[in-house]
Amino acid sequence: MLERAPAETPSDIDTKPRPVEFRGAGFMPSTGRASGWVALALVIAVWQLAGSAEWVNPLFLPAPSAIAVATYKLAMSGALWQHLGWSVMRIGTGWLLGTVAGVIIGFAIGLSTLARGVGITFISALFPIPKIALLPLLILWLGIGEEPKIATIALGVFFSTAISVYSGVDAVPRNLIRMAQSFNVPFHAIVRRVIWPGALPSILAGFRITASVALLLVVSAEMIGAQYGIGAFVLQAGNLMQTDQLLAGVVILSLFGLAVGKLINLLEAKLLHWR
Amino acid sequence: MDLIADHISHRFDALDVLDDVSFTVRAGEVVAIVGPSGCGKSTLLSILGGLLRPTGGAAELRGAPPKDSLNPLTFVFQDFALLPWCTVEENVAFPLEHTALGAAERRRIVEDALRRTGLSDFRGAYPKQLSGGMRQRVGIARALAVKPAILLMDEPLSALDSQTRELLMEDFVRLLADGAMGAVYVTHNLEEAVRLADRIVVLSRRPGRIRKVVPVTMTRSERGDRNAREKLLALQDELWSLIREEAIDAEREVQHA
Repeated sequence: MLERAPAETPSDIDTKPRPVEFRGAGFMPSTGRASGWVALALVIAVWQLAGSAEWVNPLFLPAPSAIAVATYKLAMSGALWQHLGWSVMRIGTGWLLGTVAGVIIGFAIGLSTLARGVGITFISALFPIPKIALLPLLILWLGIGEEPKIATIALGVFFSTAISVYSGVDAVPRNLIRMAQSFNVPFHAIVRRVIWPGALPSILAGFRITASVALLLVVSAEMIGAQYGIGAFVLQAGNLMQTDQLLAGVVILSLFGLAVGKLINLLEAKLLHWR
Repeated sequence: MDLIADHISHRFDALDVLDDVSFTVRAGEVVAIVGPSGCGKSTLLSILGGLLRPTGGAAELRGAPPKDSLNPLTFVFQDFALLPWCTVEENVAFPLEHTALGAAERRRIVEDALRRTGLSDFRGAYPKQLSGGMRQRVGIARALAVKPAILLMDEPLSALDSQTRELLMEDFVRLLADGAMGAVYVTHNLEEAVRLADRIVVLSRRPGRIRKVVPVTMTRSERGDRNAREKLLALQDELWSLIREEAIDAEREVQHA
């Protein structure tokens, strides 16, 4: 039989003050990033060790140092900038076109009954299509130049933008719109001073999504048919089994994605400081 | 300028909310609207202010608005309805942006409204930085800036704690003292009604009909006196006796819904 501590006598319980047991611990992860950096450094160190000690074949997984050297050489030769330049041009143009169209259509859907009826039907029907599947069709329509790649990106960006814009417009508190109406503020001014800033958080959140959609589509499109561009470069490196170059391309893509994310953070800090 | 509720009825789909409500708010008069919850008080105010089209009857104005009034019927909202991305000053200036006033005149008006509500030192603050009471003061300053003939106040104190309510009530008494502005004051708080109103319109439970119009004979400044307290309490009791049974029914109904 288990030994048990002798039960406290009733008199102890009555007279001795005892602390209230603390029950509120946990469920509050703090936002410190130090552990993240340490873990990242550790993974890279182990990876480097595995490469230097030749535990893995560098053909399949080159060491971080080899990738760094490959990146450096690419940058020095100018090839990196050429590929990056093409990719940035395609992303920039496609994203801008898709975003402008998406914002306009999103606002129309958010503000007009007719546009909402028509727009939501079309968006629901077309949004689920993987846009890269349309690239061959777009090549038939637009030729084999830059246009079909840019159009693919623009299409991918357009749908997500339109959806996030009209959800943002829908989420603008109705009481603010009523308030503006009660002061006889004209329609265009309500759109500009109430609905636009009210929808902005959702629009910027949409930018985060469309930036990654654009990156995904540019790489896919460049792998399907391009001479220059990070996607094309990664594909060529793979075909030639230049794994260090391939991974250098992947690292560049990752850095590019990070940079865009930071840019959107800055934009949010600047435009949404009131939150 | 008088504001007239002319046989106003309203229904939302199958729900009858207001039934044949008629009364007149005379220039400079403060009329409180009280009644059990869900009796259509706020709906009535929206109709009076032109934010909702009634299904029957109409809201009408009689007589010219004051010459310099930029928005004769001006709302003060329960949830303040401040633009969170604008500072206090920008919020107060917001309704002036689209008027023909020059920049200097606008600044002068905003300055004056901020001063009258004690917000001059908070002009650069954003709504999220302010307490509830200060936020509602911004809402009031914004309303004052357009020089209303009649304030349409939709439970303006109900989102605030009781101490803040007391302070803002004193502000209201002060602002309405000179009789230049009238008000329609929707509230479920009978104490607020007897403190502010010249007449109190008591609505029945849904569909809201006028049960009684109770005049308050004391001046607003008299009501601040200690001696007046008993009379006001008696009046509050009278109102409560009119509402109590229906408030119980209304509450049960809400719970069953």
